[in-house]
Amino acid sequence: MSTIPADLLYAKSHEWVKRESDGTIVIGITDYAQNSLGDITYVQTPKVGSKLKVGDVFGVVESVKAASDLYAPVAGEVVAINDLLDQKPETVNQEPYTEGWMLKLRPDSAVSIDGLLDAVAYGKLIG
Amino acid sequence: MRLMSTLKRTPLFDFHVSRGGRMVDFAGWEMPVQYRSILEEHKAVRKTAGLFDVSHMGEVDVSGPGAADFLNHVITNDVRSLFPGRVLYSPMCLPGGGVVDDLLVYQRAPDAYFLCINAGNIERDIAWLHAEADRFEVTVNNRSDDYGLIAVQGPQAAAIVQSLTGAKLDRVKYYHFVEGTVAGVFCLISRTGYTGEDGFELYHAAGDSVPLAEAIVAAGASAGLELAGLGARDSLRLEAGFPLYGHELTDAISPIAAGLGWTVKFDKPGDFIGRKALREEKERGPAKRVIFFRTGDRRIVRSESIVLNQEGAPVGRVLSGTLSPILNEAIGSALVDASASNLPLVTEIRGTRLPLNRVKPPFVELKKAV
Repeated sequence: MSTIPADLLYAKSHEWVKRESDGTIVIGITDYAQNSLGDITYVQTPKVGSKLKVGDVFGVVESVKAASDLYAPVAGEVVAINDLLDQKPETVNQEPYTEGWMLKLRPDSAVSIDGLLDAVAYGKLIG
Repeated sequence: MRLMSTLKRTPLFDFHVSRGGRMVDFAGWEMPVQYRSILEEHKAVRKTAGLFDVSHMGEVDVSGPGAADFLNHVITNDVRSLFPGRVLYSPMCLPGGGVVDDLLVYQRAPDAYFLCINAGNIERDIAWLHAEADRFEVTVNNRSDDYGLIAVQGPQAAAIVQSLTGAKLDRVKYYHFVEGTVAGVFCLISRTGYTGEDGFELYHAAGDSVPLAEAIVAAGASAGLELAGLGARDSLRLEAGFPLYGHELTDAISPIAAGLGWTVKFDKPGDFIGRKALREEKERGPAKRVIFFRTGDRRIVRSESIVLNQEGAPVGRVLSGTLSPILNEAIGSALVDASASNLPLVTEIRGTRLPLNRVKPPFVELKKAV
Protein backbone atom coordinates (compact mmCIF):
# COMPACT_ATOMS: atom_id res chain seq x y z
CA MET A 1 0.00 0.00 0.00
CA SER A 2 1.27 3.41 -0.93
CA THR A 3 1.61 6.16 1.65
CA ILE A 4 -0.35 9.36 0.85
CA PRO A 5 0.17 12.09 3.47
CA ALA A 6 -3.02 14.04 4.13
CA ASP A 7 -1.30 17.46 4.30
CA LEU A 8 0.02 17.45 0.71
CA LEU A 9 -1.51 18.15 -2.69
CA TYR A 10 -0.97 15.86 -5.66
CA ALA A 11 -0.72 16.10 -9.44
CA LYS A 12 -2.20 13.41 -11.65
CA SER A 13 1.34 12.89 -12.96
CA HIS A 14 2.34 11.72 -9.44
CA GLU A 15 4.22 14.74 -8.13
CA TRP A 16 3.40 16.02 -4.64
CA VAL A 17 3.24 19.65 -3.60
CA LYS A 18 3.82 21.03 -0.12
CA ARG A 19 3.13 24.64 0.80
CA GLU A 20 5.70 25.97 3.29
CA SER A 21 4.95 28.74 5.77
CA ASP A 22 7.39 31.12 3.97
CA GLY A 23 5.28 30.88 0.82
CA THR A 24 7.60 28.55 -1.10
CA ILE A 25 6.45 25.28 -2.61
CA VAL A 26 8.31 21.98 -2.26
CA ILE A 27 7.89 19.35 -4.95
CA GLY A 28 8.72 15.67 -5.08
CA ILE A 29 7.27 12.42 -6.38
CA THR A 30 4.83 10.19 -4.53
CA ASP A 31 5.43 6.88 -2.80
CA TYR A 32 3.29 5.26 -5.50
CA ALA A 33 5.52 6.79 -8.20
CA GLN A 34 8.80 5.71 -6.62
CA ASN A 35 7.45 2.22 -6.05
CA SER A 36 6.29 1.95 -9.66
CA LEU A 37 9.66 3.14 -10.97
CA GLY A 38 11.70 0.80 -8.80
CA ASP A 39 15.34 1.52 -7.96
CA ILE A 40 15.95 5.19 -8.76
CA THR A 41 19.42 5.73 -10.19
CA TYR A 42 19.46 9.35 -11.35
CA VAL A 43 17.46 12.52 -10.81
CA GLN A 44 17.90 15.42 -13.22
CA THR A 45 16.69 18.73 -11.81
CA PRO A 46 16.61 22.25 -13.30
CA LYS A 47 19.03 25.03 -12.37
CA VAL A 48 18.20 27.38 -9.53
CA GLY A 49 16.66 30.45 -11.12
CA SER A 50 14.79 28.52 -13.84
CA LYS A 51 11.23 29.70 -14.45
CA LEU A 52 8.62 26.99 -14.76
CA LYS A 53 5.07 27.07 -16.09
CA VAL A 54 2.46 24.56 -15.07
CA GLY A 55 3.04 21.36 -17.00
CA ASP A 56 6.66 22.16 -17.96
CA VAL A 57 9.03 19.23 -17.85
CA PHE A 58 11.29 20.23 -14.96
CA GLY A 59 13.46 17.14 -14.84
CA VAL A 60 13.81 13.45 -15.32
CA VAL A 61 13.84 10.61 -12.86
CA GLU A 62 15.62 7.48 -13.99
CA SER A 63 15.27 4.02 -12.58
CA VAL A 64 16.88 0.75 -13.58
CA LYS A 65 13.75 0.18 -15.65
CA ALA A 66 13.06 3.48 -17.38
CA ALA A 67 13.44 7.27 -17.53
CA SER A 68 10.35 9.36 -16.74
CA ASP A 69 9.73 13.08 -17.17
CA LEU A 70 8.78 15.22 -14.19
CA TYR A 71 6.10 17.88 -14.68
CA ALA A 72 5.77 21.16 -12.80
CA PRO A 73 2.48 21.04 -10.87
CA VAL A 74 2.57 24.81 -10.16
CA ALA A 75 4.28 27.79 -11.84
CA GLY A 76 7.20 29.63 -10.31
CA GLU A 77 10.93 30.18 -10.05
CA VAL A 78 13.23 27.43 -8.82
CA VAL A 79 14.89 28.65 -5.58
CA ALA A 80 16.49 25.39 -4.43
CA ILE A 81 17.18 21.87 -5.58
CA ASN A 82 17.98 18.83 -3.47
CA ASP A 83 21.74 18.29 -3.97
CA LEU A 84 21.61 15.08 -1.93
CA LEU A 85 19.97 13.34 -4.90
CA ASP A 86 23.14 13.71 -7.03
CA GLN A 87 24.94 11.18 -4.88
CA LYS A 88 22.00 9.38 -3.29
CA PRO A 89 19.09 9.24 -5.73
CA GLU A 90 17.85 6.16 -3.87
CA THR A 91 16.72 8.63 -1.17
CA VAL A 92 13.64 9.15 -3.35
CA ASN A 93 12.83 5.44 -2.91
CA GLN A 94 13.46 5.54 0.81
CA GLU A 95 11.91 8.87 1.82
CA PRO A 96 9.84 10.20 -1.09
CA TYR A 97 8.00 12.84 1.00
CA THR A 98 10.86 14.15 3.15
CA GLU A 99 14.59 13.70 2.40
CA GLY A 100 13.75 12.77 -1.19
CA TRP A 101 12.21 16.13 -2.17
CA MET A 102 13.33 17.43 -5.55
CA LEU A 103 12.95 21.18 -5.79
CA LYS A 104 11.65 24.31 -4.15
CA LEU A 105 9.73 26.96 -6.09
CA ARG A 106 8.83 30.56 -5.33
CA PRO A 107 5.41 30.52 -6.91
CA ASP A 108 4.14 33.20 -9.24
CA SER A 109 1.99 35.77 -7.43
CA ALA A 110 -1.24 33.87 -7.70
CA VAL A 111 -0.59 30.18 -7.07
CA SER A 112 -3.03 28.11 -8.95
CA ILE A 113 -3.76 24.79 -7.39
CA ASP A 114 -6.48 24.07 -9.90
CA GLY A 115 -6.22 20.51 -11.05
CA LEU A 116 -4.25 19.39 -8.01
CA LEU A 117 -5.78 16.63 -5.93
CA ASP A 118 -6.08 16.16 -2.20
CA ALA A 119 -4.93 12.93 -0.59
CA VAL A 120 -8.33 11.26 -0.86
CA ALA A 121 -8.71 12.09 -4.56
CA TYR A 122 -5.13 11.00 -5.29
CA GLY A 123 -5.74 7.76 -3.42
CA LYS A 124 -8.72 7.09 -5.68
CA LEU A 125 -6.64 7.90 -8.79
CA ILE A 126 -4.03 5.27 -8.02
CA GLY A 127 -6.65 2.78 -6.85
CA MET B 1 -2.46 -7.58 -25.46
CA ARG B 2 -1.19 -10.64 -23.71
CA LEU B 3 -3.01 -11.35 -20.46
CA MET B 4 -0.95 -12.33 -17.44
CA SER B 5 -2.93 -15.56 -17.13
CA THR B 6 -1.51 -16.82 -20.42
CA LEU B 7 2.04 -16.60 -19.09
CA LYS B 8 3.82 -19.70 -17.88
CA ARG B 9 4.66 -20.03 -14.21
CA THR B 10 7.48 -21.87 -12.51
CA PRO B 11 6.81 -24.17 -9.52
CA LEU B 12 8.03 -21.28 -7.32
CA PHE B 13 5.38 -18.75 -8.42
CA ASP B 14 3.55 -18.71 -5.07
CA PHE B 15 6.88 -18.76 -3.23
CA HIS B 16 7.86 -15.52 -5.03
CA VAL B 17 4.54 -13.76 -4.57
CA SER B 18 4.39 -14.57 -0.86
CA ARG B 19 7.90 -13.11 -0.44
CA GLY B 20 7.17 -9.83 -2.22
CA GLY B 21 8.37 -10.80 -5.70
CA ARG B 22 7.32 -8.28 -8.34
CA MET B 23 6.17 -10.50 -11.18
CA VAL B 24 6.74 -9.50 -14.82
CA ASP B 25 6.57 -11.10 -18.25
CA PHE B 26 9.98 -12.44 -19.23
CA ALA B 27 10.12 -14.48 -22.45
CA GLY B 28 6.53 -15.63 -21.87
CA TRP B 29 7.11 -16.50 -18.21
CA GLU B 30 5.76 -14.73 -15.17
CA MET B 31 8.98 -14.19 -13.23
CA PRO B 32 10.13 -12.04 -10.29
CA VAL B 33 12.09 -9.06 -11.59
CA GLN B 34 12.87 -8.03 -8.00
CA TYR B 35 11.78 -8.53 -4.41
CA ARG B 36 13.16 -5.60 -2.43
CA SER B 37 15.48 -3.69 -4.74
CA ILE B 38 17.42 -4.69 -7.86
CA LEU B 39 20.47 -2.75 -6.67
CA GLU B 40 20.41 -4.26 -3.16
CA GLU B 41 19.88 -7.78 -4.49
CA HIS B 42 22.82 -7.28 -6.85
CA LYS B 43 25.08 -6.15 -4.00
CA ALA B 44 23.96 -9.06 -1.81
CA VAL B 45 25.11 -11.52 -4.50
CA ARG B 46 28.53 -9.83 -4.71
CA LYS B 47 28.88 -9.66 -0.90
CA THR B 48 27.12 -12.75 0.48
CA ALA B 49 24.72 -14.83 -1.62
CA GLY B 50 21.53 -14.74 -3.64
CA LEU B 51 18.94 -17.33 -4.63
CA PHE B 52 17.52 -17.11 -8.16
CA ASP B 53 14.65 -19.10 -9.62
CA VAL B 54 15.72 -19.84 -13.18
CA SER B 55 13.27 -22.68 -13.74
CA HIS B 56 12.14 -21.01 -16.95
CA MET B 57 15.39 -22.17 -18.60
CA GLY B 58 15.00 -25.19 -20.87
CA GLU B 59 16.55 -28.62 -20.41
CA VAL B 60 17.17 -31.19 -23.13
CA ASP B 61 18.40 -34.79 -22.99
CA VAL B 62 20.61 -35.79 -25.91
CA SER B 63 21.57 -39.45 -25.88
CA GLY B 64 22.65 -42.30 -28.11
CA PRO B 65 25.80 -43.57 -29.75
CA GLY B 66 25.80 -40.59 -32.12
CA ALA B 67 25.23 -37.97 -29.41
CA ALA B 68 28.78 -36.56 -29.38
CA ASP B 69 28.99 -36.33 -33.19
CA PHE B 70 25.53 -34.77 -33.30
CA LEU B 71 26.41 -32.13 -30.72
CA ASN B 72 29.69 -31.34 -32.45
CA HIS B 73 27.67 -30.82 -35.64
CA VAL B 74 25.21 -28.35 -34.10
CA ILE B 75 27.40 -26.42 -31.66
CA THR B 76 30.62 -24.53 -32.32
CA ASN B 77 32.59 -25.66 -29.26
CA ASP B 78 34.02 -29.18 -29.03
CA VAL B 79 32.35 -31.79 -26.82
CA ARG B 80 35.46 -33.97 -27.14
CA SER B 81 36.89 -31.86 -24.31
CA LEU B 82 34.14 -33.18 -22.01
CA PHE B 83 34.18 -36.13 -19.63
CA PRO B 84 31.45 -37.26 -17.25
CA GLY B 85 31.02 -34.45 -14.73
CA ARG B 86 32.32 -31.69 -17.00
CA VAL B 87 30.31 -28.73 -18.38
CA LEU B 88 30.89 -26.82 -21.63
CA TYR B 89 29.56 -23.44 -22.79
CA SER B 90 28.82 -23.10 -26.49
CA PRO B 91 26.92 -21.13 -29.08
CA MET B 92 24.73 -23.03 -31.54
CA CYS B 93 24.89 -21.29 -34.91
CA LEU B 94 22.95 -20.81 -38.10
CA PRO B 95 24.67 -21.65 -41.39
CA GLY B 96 25.42 -17.94 -41.83
CA GLY B 97 27.19 -17.71 -38.46
CA GLY B 98 24.40 -15.96 -36.53
CA VAL B 99 23.37 -17.60 -33.30
CA VAL B 100 20.34 -19.85 -32.71
CA ASP B 101 21.06 -19.97 -28.98
CA ASP B 102 23.88 -20.24 -26.48
CA LEU B 103 23.80 -23.15 -24.08
CA LEU B 104 25.54 -25.37 -21.56
CA VAL B 105 26.38 -28.99 -22.37
CA TYR B 106 26.68 -31.47 -19.50
CA GLN B 107 28.26 -34.84 -20.16
CA ARG B 108 26.63 -37.46 -17.89
CA ALA B 109 28.13 -40.42 -19.75
CA PRO B 110 30.02 -40.66 -23.07
CA ASP B 111 26.72 -41.13 -24.92
CA ALA B 112 24.41 -39.13 -22.61
CA TYR B 113 24.35 -35.33 -22.57
CA PHE B 114 22.12 -32.76 -20.98
CA LEU B 115 21.66 -29.24 -22.35
CA CYS B 116 20.53 -26.06 -20.63
CA ILE B 117 19.02 -23.60 -23.13
CA ASN B 118 17.44 -20.14 -22.95
CA ALA B 119 13.76 -19.93 -21.97
CA GLY B 120 12.80 -17.75 -24.92
CA ASN B 121 14.37 -20.19 -27.39
CA ILE B 122 13.02 -23.54 -26.18
CA GLU B 123 10.57 -24.20 -29.02
CA ARG B 124 12.94 -22.98 -31.69
CA ASP B 125 15.91 -24.93 -30.30
CA ILE B 126 13.95 -28.16 -30.00
CA ALA B 127 12.72 -27.84 -33.60
CA TRP B 128 16.26 -27.04 -34.74
CA LEU B 129 17.77 -29.97 -32.85
CA HIS B 130 15.12 -32.42 -34.08
CA ALA B 131 15.62 -31.33 -37.69
CA GLU B 132 19.40 -31.81 -37.44
CA ALA B 133 19.17 -35.08 -35.47
CA ASP B 134 17.82 -37.09 -38.42
CA ARG B 135 21.23 -37.96 -39.75
CA PHE B 136 22.61 -39.13 -36.37
CA GLU B 137 22.00 -42.06 -34.05
CA VAL B 138 20.67 -39.82 -31.34
CA THR B 139 17.51 -39.10 -29.36
CA VAL B 140 16.62 -35.51 -28.43
CA ASN B 141 14.11 -35.07 -25.60
CA ASN B 142 12.73 -31.75 -24.41
CA ARG B 143 12.72 -32.09 -20.59
CA SER B 144 12.02 -28.43 -19.82
CA ASP B 145 8.73 -29.05 -18.00
CA ASP B 146 10.27 -31.79 -15.85
CA TYR B 147 12.97 -29.65 -14.28
CA GLY B 148 13.14 -26.81 -11.84
CA LEU B 149 16.39 -24.82 -11.65
CA ILE B 150 17.59 -22.82 -8.66
CA ALA B 151 20.84 -20.84 -8.73
CA VAL B 152 22.68 -20.01 -5.52
CA GLN B 153 25.36 -17.45 -6.26
CA GLY B 154 27.84 -15.41 -4.27
CA PRO B 155 30.87 -15.82 -2.01
CA GLN B 156 28.76 -17.61 0.62
CA ALA B 157 27.00 -19.90 -1.88
CA ALA B 158 29.33 -22.86 -1.50
CA ALA B 159 29.09 -22.85 2.30
CA ILE B 160 25.30 -22.62 2.16
CA VAL B 161 24.85 -25.44 -0.35
CA GLN B 162 27.51 -27.55 1.40
CA SER B 163 25.52 -27.32 4.64
CA LEU B 164 22.63 -29.08 2.84
CA THR B 165 24.48 -31.86 1.03
CA GLY B 166 26.83 -34.75 1.64
CA ALA B 167 28.45 -34.20 -1.76
CA LYS B 168 32.04 -32.95 -1.41
CA LEU B 169 31.66 -29.60 -3.10
CA ASP B 170 35.30 -28.60 -2.72
CA ARG B 171 36.03 -31.32 -5.27
CA VAL B 172 33.57 -29.82 -7.76
CA LYS B 173 35.51 -27.18 -9.66
CA TYR B 174 34.13 -24.37 -11.84
CA TYR B 175 32.23 -25.79 -14.85
CA HIS B 176 32.03 -29.25 -13.26
CA PHE B 177 29.03 -31.03 -11.70
CA VAL B 178 28.03 -33.95 -9.53
CA GLU B 179 24.68 -35.58 -8.87
CA GLY B 180 23.49 -35.89 -5.29
CA THR B 181 20.90 -34.71 -2.81
CA VAL B 182 20.59 -31.16 -1.51
CA ALA B 183 18.22 -30.87 1.45
CA GLY B 184 16.97 -34.35 0.56
CA VAL B 185 16.16 -33.34 -3.03
CA PHE B 186 17.97 -35.15 -5.82
CA CYS B 187 19.90 -32.56 -7.84
CA LEU B 188 22.38 -32.16 -10.62
CA ILE B 189 24.74 -29.87 -8.71
CA SER B 190 26.54 -27.69 -11.24
CA ARG B 191 29.29 -25.24 -10.28
CA THR B 192 28.21 -22.68 -12.85
CA GLY B 193 26.26 -19.45 -12.90
CA TYR B 194 25.49 -16.22 -14.65
CA THR B 195 26.75 -13.71 -12.11
CA GLY B 196 30.53 -14.04 -12.21
CA GLU B 197 30.51 -15.20 -8.60
CA ASP B 198 31.21 -18.65 -7.24
CA GLY B 199 28.03 -20.65 -6.90
CA PHE B 200 25.86 -23.51 -8.00
CA GLU B 201 22.95 -24.19 -10.28
CA LEU B 202 20.73 -26.98 -8.93
CA TYR B 203 18.67 -28.88 -11.48
CA HIS B 204 15.92 -30.90 -9.81
CA ALA B 205 12.50 -32.45 -10.41
CA ALA B 206 9.95 -29.66 -10.79
CA GLY B 207 7.86 -31.01 -7.90
CA ASP B 208 10.76 -30.49 -5.49
CA SER B 209 11.36 -26.79 -6.12
CA VAL B 210 9.47 -25.41 -3.12
CA PRO B 211 11.07 -27.56 -0.38
CA LEU B 212 14.50 -27.05 -1.98
CA ALA B 213 14.11 -23.26 -2.14
CA GLU B 214 12.78 -23.11 1.42
CA ALA B 215 15.69 -25.20 2.72
CA ILE B 216 18.25 -22.95 0.98
CA VAL B 217 16.59 -19.79 2.31
CA ALA B 218 16.62 -21.23 5.85
CA ALA B 219 20.24 -22.40 5.56
CA GLY B 220 21.38 -19.10 4.06
CA ALA B 221 19.58 -16.69 6.36
CA SER B 222 22.39 -16.30 8.88
CA ALA B 223 24.95 -15.79 6.07
CA GLY B 224 22.83 -13.01 4.56
CA LEU B 225 21.41 -14.86 1.55
CA GLU B 226 18.74 -12.84 -0.23
CA LEU B 227 16.20 -13.71 -2.86
CA ALA B 228 17.30 -12.12 -6.12
CA GLY B 229 15.20 -11.47 -9.20
CA LEU B 230 15.83 -11.26 -12.90
CA GLY B 231 16.71 -7.56 -12.62
CA ALA B 232 19.77 -8.34 -10.52
CA ARG B 233 20.53 -11.36 -12.68
CA ASP B 234 20.77 -9.06 -15.70
CA SER B 235 22.96 -6.42 -14.05
CA LEU B 236 25.22 -9.10 -12.55
CA ARG B 237 25.74 -10.83 -15.88
CA LEU B 238 26.46 -7.54 -17.63
CA GLU B 239 28.97 -6.52 -14.96
CA ALA B 240 30.61 -9.93 -15.46
CA GLY B 241 30.68 -9.36 -19.24
CA PHE B 242 28.53 -12.38 -20.07
CA PRO B 243 26.41 -12.25 -23.23
CA LEU B 244 22.61 -12.45 -23.08
CA TYR B 245 20.90 -14.07 -26.03
CA GLY B 246 18.85 -11.47 -27.88
CA HIS B 247 21.32 -8.74 -26.92
CA GLU B 248 25.02 -9.59 -27.42
CA LEU B 249 24.27 -12.79 -29.37
CA THR B 250 21.47 -12.88 -31.95
CA ASP B 251 20.55 -14.27 -35.36
CA ALA B 252 22.68 -11.43 -36.70
CA ILE B 253 25.54 -11.29 -34.15
CA SER B 254 27.92 -14.23 -34.47
CA PRO B 255 30.23 -15.52 -31.73
CA ILE B 256 33.15 -14.00 -33.69
CA ALA B 257 31.54 -10.54 -33.66
CA ALA B 258 30.59 -11.03 -29.99
CA GLY B 259 34.19 -11.63 -28.95
CA LEU B 260 33.51 -15.30 -28.23
CA GLY B 261 35.94 -16.69 -30.79
CA TRP B 262 37.29 -19.05 -28.11
CA THR B 263 34.01 -20.99 -28.27
CA VAL B 264 34.41 -21.76 -32.00
CA LYS B 265 36.67 -24.78 -32.53
CA PHE B 266 37.59 -24.84 -36.22
CA ASP B 267 40.05 -27.69 -35.61
CA LYS B 268 37.47 -30.24 -34.46
CA PRO B 269 36.85 -33.11 -36.90
CA GLY B 270 33.92 -33.00 -39.30
CA ASP B 271 31.83 -30.06 -40.37
CA PHE B 272 29.63 -28.04 -38.04
CA ILE B 273 26.82 -25.64 -38.80
CA GLY B 274 28.17 -22.18 -39.46
CA ARG B 275 31.77 -23.30 -39.85
CA LYS B 276 32.38 -21.84 -43.31
CA ALA B 277 30.78 -18.48 -42.54
CA LEU B 278 32.49 -18.18 -39.17
CA ARG B 279 35.88 -19.09 -40.68
CA GLU B 280 35.46 -16.39 -43.32
CA GLU B 281 34.32 -13.86 -40.75
CA LYS B 282 37.30 -14.64 -38.54
CA GLU B 283 39.79 -14.36 -41.42
CA ARG B 284 38.28 -11.22 -42.85
CA GLY B 285 37.53 -9.68 -39.48
CA PRO B 286 33.92 -9.01 -38.47
CA ALA B 287 32.24 -5.93 -39.95
CA LYS B 288 30.85 -5.06 -36.52
CA ARG B 289 32.05 -5.92 -33.05
CA VAL B 290 30.47 -6.13 -29.62
CA ILE B 291 32.27 -3.81 -27.23
CA PHE B 292 31.68 -3.06 -23.54
CA PHE B 293 31.76 0.42 -22.05
CA ARG B 294 31.48 2.50 -18.91
CA THR B 295 30.57 6.17 -18.86
CA GLY B 296 31.65 7.65 -15.54
CA ASP B 297 28.07 8.93 -15.11
CA ARG B 298 25.02 7.47 -13.40
CA ARG B 299 22.63 8.03 -16.32
CA ILE B 300 21.79 4.64 -17.81
CA VAL B 301 22.58 4.30 -21.50
CA ARG B 302 19.56 2.34 -22.67
CA SER B 303 19.44 -0.49 -25.16
CA GLU B 304 19.05 0.84 -28.75
CA SER B 305 20.74 4.19 -27.96
CA ILE B 306 22.82 5.35 -30.92
CA VAL B 307 26.61 5.18 -30.63
CA LEU B 308 28.48 8.05 -32.28
CA ASN B 309 32.10 8.63 -33.19
CA GLN B 310 33.87 11.80 -32.10
CA GLU B 311 32.67 13.61 -35.20
CA GLY B 312 29.08 12.80 -34.27
CA ALA B 313 28.46 10.22 -37.01
CA PRO B 314 26.48 7.11 -36.01
CA VAL B 315 28.70 4.02 -35.83
CA GLY B 316 26.60 1.58 -33.81
CA ARG B 317 23.91 0.96 -31.25
CA VAL B 318 23.71 -0.05 -27.60
CA LEU B 319 22.79 -3.70 -26.93
CA SER B 320 22.52 -3.70 -23.12
CA GLY B 321 22.80 -0.93 -20.56
CA THR B 322 22.43 -0.66 -16.84
CA LEU B 323 23.82 1.01 -13.74
CA SER B 324 26.62 -0.99 -12.17
CA PRO B 325 25.73 -1.00 -8.47
CA ILE B 326 29.36 -1.80 -7.68
CA LEU B 327 31.02 0.88 -9.87
CA ASN B 328 28.13 3.31 -9.33
CA GLU B 329 28.16 4.30 -12.99
CA ALA B 330 26.47 3.29 -16.22
CA ILE B 331 27.89 0.27 -18.02
CA GLY B 332 26.81 -1.50 -21.16
CA SER B 333 27.56 -3.20 -24.42
CA ALA B 334 27.24 -1.97 -27.98
CA LEU B 335 27.51 -3.28 -31.52
CA VAL B 336 29.92 -0.97 -33.32
CA ASP B 337 31.42 -0.78 -36.83
CA ALA B 338 34.77 -2.54 -36.58
CA SER B 339 36.56 0.47 -38.09
CA ALA B 340 35.28 2.67 -35.25
CA SER B 341 35.56 0.20 -32.39
CA ASN B 342 39.03 1.28 -31.25
CA LEU B 343 38.36 5.02 -31.61
CA PRO B 344 36.66 7.25 -29.03
CA LEU B 345 32.91 6.65 -28.85
CA VAL B 346 30.14 8.75 -27.38
CA THR B 347 26.39 8.72 -27.01
CA GLU B 348 23.80 11.35 -26.22
CA ILE B 349 21.27 11.26 -23.42
CA ARG B 350 18.70 14.05 -23.56
CA GLY B 351 21.12 16.34 -25.36
CA THR B 352 24.13 15.61 -23.13
CA ARG B 353 27.09 13.91 -24.77
CA LEU B 354 28.62 11.11 -22.71
CA PRO B 355 31.82 9.17 -23.45
CA LEU B 356 31.55 5.41 -23.89
CA ASN B 357 34.89 4.37 -22.43
CA ARG B 358 35.78 0.97 -23.74
CA VAL B 359 36.36 -1.71 -21.12
CA LYS B 360 37.51 -5.30 -21.43
CA PRO B 361 35.07 -7.12 -19.16
CA PRO B 362 34.59 -8.14 -16.43
CA PHE B 363 33.85 -4.68 -15.02
CA VAL B 364 34.54 -5.88 -11.48
CA GLU B 365 36.92 -8.41 -9.99
CA LEU B 366 35.17 -11.77 -10.05
CA LYS B 367 35.57 -14.44 -7.44
CA LYS B 368 34.22 -17.40 -9.38
CA ALA B 369 35.84 -20.69 -8.44
CA VAL B 370 38.54 -21.97 -10.80
